[in-house]
Amino acid sequence: MIGTGMNSLSTPPATVARAARFRPLAALVHPLTLRAVSFAIALLAWEIAGRWPVSPSFPPFSETATAFVALLSDGSLLRAFGVTLTPLAIGLAVSGAVGVGIGVAMGLDERVEWFGVPIFIVLQAAPLAALVPILVMAYGIGLLTKVSIVCIMAMPVIVLNSFKAVRHAPRSLIEMGTSFLGTRAQIIRKIILPAATPVIFAGLRLGAAAGFVGAVLAELLVTPTGIGDIITYNQSIADYPKMYAAIAAIIMVSVGFIEILGFVEQRFLRPETRRTA
Amino acid sequence: MITTLPAGSAGMPPSAHPGRFGDGIPAAAAPDGIVEVRGISKTYGGGVEALNNISLTFPEGALTSLLGPSGCGKTTLLKIIAGLVAPTAGEILVKGRRVTGPGPERSFVFQDFALMPWATVLRNAAFGLELRGVARSEREAVAERYIEAVGLKGFEHKYPHELSGGMRQRVGLARALAVNADVVMMDEPFSAVDEQTRRRFQEDLLRLVAQERKTFLFVTHSIEEAVYVSNRIVLLSRRPSRVQRIIEIDLPRDGDPDRIRRHPDYLDTVEDIWQGLRHYVE
Repeated sequence: MIGTGMNSLSTPPATVARAARFRPLAALVHPLTLRAVSFAIALLAWEIAGRWPVSPSFPPFSETATAFVALLSDGSLLRAFGVTLTPLAIGLAVSGAVGVGIGVAMGLDERVEWFGVPIFIVLQAAPLAALVPILVMAYGIGLLTKVSIVCIMAMPVIVLNSFKAVRHAPRSLIEMGTSFLGTRAQIIRKIILPAATPVIFAGLRLGAAAGFVGAVLAELLVTPTGIGDIITYNQSIADYPKMYAAIAAIIMVSVGFIEILGFVEQRFLRPETRRTA
Repeated sequence: MITTLPAGSAGMPPSAHPGRFGDGIPAAAAPDGIVEVRGISKTYGGGVEALNNISLTFPEGALTSLLGPSGCGKTTLLKIIAGLVAPTAGEILVKGRRVTGPGPERSFVFQDFALMPWATVLRNAAFGLELRGVARSEREAVAERYIEAVGLKGFEHKYPHELSGGMRQRVGLARALAVNADVVMMDEPFSAVDEQTRRRFQEDLLRLVAQERKTFLFVTHSIEEAVYVSNRIVLLSRRPSRVQRIIEIDLPRDGDPDRIRRHPDYLDTVEDIWQGLRHYVE
């Protein structure tokens, strides 16, 4: 499903503008307060559930946090990220550039659409993890395989979102461009692409999230390296807090990266969506 | 003085309005009018006939309204003149040249404003010039002048979503005026604007029409609006549209706007047009 599910991460400008004046009561329902409370509740629930004597393989938050600090201080977490982020960065860069390019081309030209859309609809619907063994057979267990896994996970949603974004650029704005004598190239550059930016970026955020899944999947299914290595190794020696710490770390990096994408879009591409005080 | 011409008659040059056009209409005013519509028909894909053999002349320097019931094809006719929609038959001449697409001598004000939400008021107003490759400082200077003329001085760096509907349409008007076209076409520009704003906007429009000395083509479904702002009204019948009547209007437009709305000629004309249209409604 193509959508803008990641949009909930950004705050509607109105709420921020309203909270600009400081009042004690308003501070309680301040977006930042609410978000902190939401996190606190989730972590508290984790702590309680972890202390419940159900399964030793589910450690409470406090033990996970301690393990996280340990992993961070002995440098193993940073080294692991260095390994994991290489195929991820290459894969996301390729998926972003190629995916947006293909999607925009399909949105602009129906022949490209008929040629390309079926492939990406199939790719999006397919359980891509099932392709991983085939990729291993074809390309071995090196970097190329891991980059490919990131790409097949990230690319479909990026392509299809870019396609829909361009195809749904407001007709009245295109008509306006035509009536003021814009050339095709001007209309694409000055009207269609800026109009498509929010949905293209929603696709990039979803694609980035899928790419993170792909990178971890590659390390779990192909060869245990990087974060995947920390997860599988600590699972095998039953050091569950460290395993959860590694999982939590990759989630945090993923969320951080997606937030940065949102910031870049607001800051540089669609300034009107920026918060106005 | 109100004159009614039989449908299809050749356009007469606009009667002079002392006090509105000052030293009169430019001598270049061709007797044939600046825009000629010749035998235009438009049938849409599904066989819907929107316009049937329309011939019309729009006099230079005047504001002519296309008035008719909803869905009568008046917007289609305006977009054909703008070169945005191709007619099924017939041709349009603007300043004697055949229209095959949009041209620099025509500009358009859109019903839904068609402002770019990611661009400031200044960039939106300057956008027609930007597409023409006018240097930034130059086009912004022109745009600033027209932003002031439409009453939006101080809003240059606001974004469209920070403006009311009426203010947004003022930006659309500034953009259309900034390219210095001879013919400014307005497609129901006030239909998405509330009534109070609409009246203010109509009054400002009269002032701008007098200042700019351009030819304005104005589409509306409001009889009062058409009579208030127009020098001439082209009354279109229901689909497939034909020209039903052409009404010349000569109201004293200088001075108090409320006096126009109370003027017996204004009231008589509104009533007269309504009597002509009401059988379509009943």
